[in-house]
Amino acid sequence: MPGLTLFQKLWDAHVVHVEADGTTLLYIDRHLVHEVTSPQAFEGLKLAQRTPRRVEAAIAVPDHNVPTTDRSQGIADPISRLQVETLDANCAEFGITEFRMDDIRQGIVHVIGPEEGLTLPGMTVVCGDSHTSTHGAFGALAFGIGTSEVEHVLATQCLWQKPSKTMLVKVDGALGRGVTAKDIALAVIGEIGTAGGTGYALEFGGSAIRALSMEGRMTLCNMAIEAGARAGMVAVDQTTIDYVKGRPYSPKGDAWDKAVAWWNTLHSDADAAFDRVIELDAAKIEPQVTWGTSPEMVTTIGGRVPNPADAPSEVKRHDWTRALEYMGLQAGTSIAEIPVDKVFIGSCTNSRIEDLREAAAVAKGRKVAPNVKLAMVVPGSGLVKQQAETEGLDRIFVAAGFEWREPGCSMCLAMNADRLEPGERCASTSNRNFEGRQGQGGRTHLVSPAMAAAAACAGHFVDVRNF
Amino acid sequence: MRAFSTLNGLVVPLDRANVDTDAIIPKQFLKSIKRAGFGPNLFDEWRYLDHGEPGMDPATRQPNPEFVLNFPRYKGASVLLARDNFGCGSSREHAPWALEDYGIRAIIAPSYADIFYNNCFKNGILPIVLDAAAVERLFRECEASEGYRLVVDLDKQTVTTPGGEVLKFDVDGGRKHRLLNGLDDIGLTLLQADKIKAYEDRRKQEAPWLFN
Repeated sequence: MPGLTLFQKLWDAHVVHVEADGTTLLYIDRHLVHEVTSPQAFEGLKLAQRTPRRVEAAIAVPDHNVPTTDRSQGIADPISRLQVETLDANCAEFGITEFRMDDIRQGIVHVIGPEEGLTLPGMTVVCGDSHTSTHGAFGALAFGIGTSEVEHVLATQCLWQKPSKTMLVKVDGALGRGVTAKDIALAVIGEIGTAGGTGYALEFGGSAIRALSMEGRMTLCNMAIEAGARAGMVAVDQTTIDYVKGRPYSPKGDAWDKAVAWWNTLHSDADAAFDRVIELDAAKIEPQVTWGTSPEMVTTIGGRVPNPADAPSEVKRHDWTRALEYMGLQAGTSIAEIPVDKVFIGSCTNSRIEDLREAAAVAKGRKVAPNVKLAMVVPGSGLVKQQAETEGLDRIFVAAGFEWREPGCSMCLAMNADRLEPGERCASTSNRNFEGRQGQGGRTHLVSPAMAAAAACAGHFVDVRNF
Repeated sequence: MRAFSTLNGLVVPLDRANVDTDAIIPKQFLKSIKRAGFGPNLFDEWRYLDHGEPGMDPATRQPNPEFVLNFPRYKGASVLLARDNFGCGSSREHAPWALEDYGIRAIIAPSYADIFYNNCFKNGILPIVLDAAAVERLFRECEASEGYRLVVDLDKQTVTTPGGEVLKFDVDGGRKHRLLNGLDDIGLTLLQADKIKAYEDRRKQEAPWLFN
């Protein structure tokens, strides 16, 4: 009998009940809750006169609607304010722990989970948010759910699931200087497409992945959903265990030793069989820049905007044509010649301390170019912000002309006041370049934090390796 | 949840691949704390020429005459014909809520994103997968013939064209049962309460740190 994949080990540890057709009732260890996808779930519970099964398994934080400027006056937009107040009221009513807007621990849900030790290896982690895949970096089975399932998890602590297929994304070799986990993520999506991972759980493996920090692994797993996979994961190793140790919610004492013994088994066996395997050579990955309106529309900093006439299919030719029209780009344009209007460094993909350090290293001693109307840095949490300020990163950014903001989702999806105006072009460290994502008519190019900082200072995309 | 058995519906063709949930319902409408009322803002940025914000009266908006949902011939459609990877991106259940509120009861596409596909079944919408060649044929027939309708039968798992062609589709047995009967998942799950309790009791011994 072949060995087990990491996915199978995590799955098997959480099976409560299996129906005749294989549909499985899966136990959920950690439920992360935010203000946008939970109000209707709480309302559903109340209408059915149900209560949460295990309030201590849930943790809530407002992140999508929160302002990133001065918070002393609260939220100006009354609709946003009501949504955050509704989360506060629901958590208070049901006894769910919430890091409110004035709590130093408040931040983007996918940043605070790992930061607090709420996300642990071996857990099943869900949240009403597609970027829940982030938490798979810890050797956890983590995926996004809709609001009906948020209600279902609150009421039952379980979900009905069928096992995914498994795909190993193996990246061996050493990344070049200036090339990051974000570039691996975009290169993988460029390779398999935005639907390449549909129906699969992705496991990232190989020597280049082992060499990544936990923050790099989170960036990579975060973008698994942009390849269509609900879950991405990385096996547990010493890097994982070192990161988790000593966090507020991580186990202590005897429980720690017992946990580590189990966590050390959370890797795919050497003879495990995957449904699909793709391999990439880390040394060949270059800094990536998206040119279109889907994360698969990506090329390298040395590349050019492609010609729709060269598209591999009729449907793609149609999509590329439409994307170039929306993006206001001409086929054949060199990526390095494209000027930017705004720069956004932040989001659940790239707002952790290492991301900010990488961006600050580029910004240090430089100035934001005159043609850039706004360059903003939005830390992923209050604690990331505090750490960055302790290291003096905020002063580097401010001296260079960047705005230094309060933590939240911000211009990744522009639910708060931070957004692009029609036609504005943005170098963004976020995860989606969809039409209108950062504001109606806005044009998003996805890049790494270092590439975003370099674009801010150059006024156009530039190869950070030669900058 | 509203049950789904059969549907004889007018078809609207949306000829784009990778339609994401940001396009289906833009972020500004996600600020609502209600489940209903998203229909007027379905595909808002494609459907209107002006910028939409919550609370605007749809009657005062400027429809985009070039967007397919605004063609008079597709008014009242309940079947959405779509391309690959429909519903990709964000997990927002507001996307199926908006489709349902607009009147869409069935979607036909070659493939869907996983989370969206799952969310449809929780909201009385049937997402049907047909092979790309069949979908292409339906696009051509629909665009060529005004008033084009399809008959969907969930129990028999068939789509029947006006010409009498019968296309079979697959659907998971459990999902089909729940959709045919309009069943609430939570009620069904709570029938397994003893097993959930037994699992928790066992895990508290094996992995006590998960229950702190």
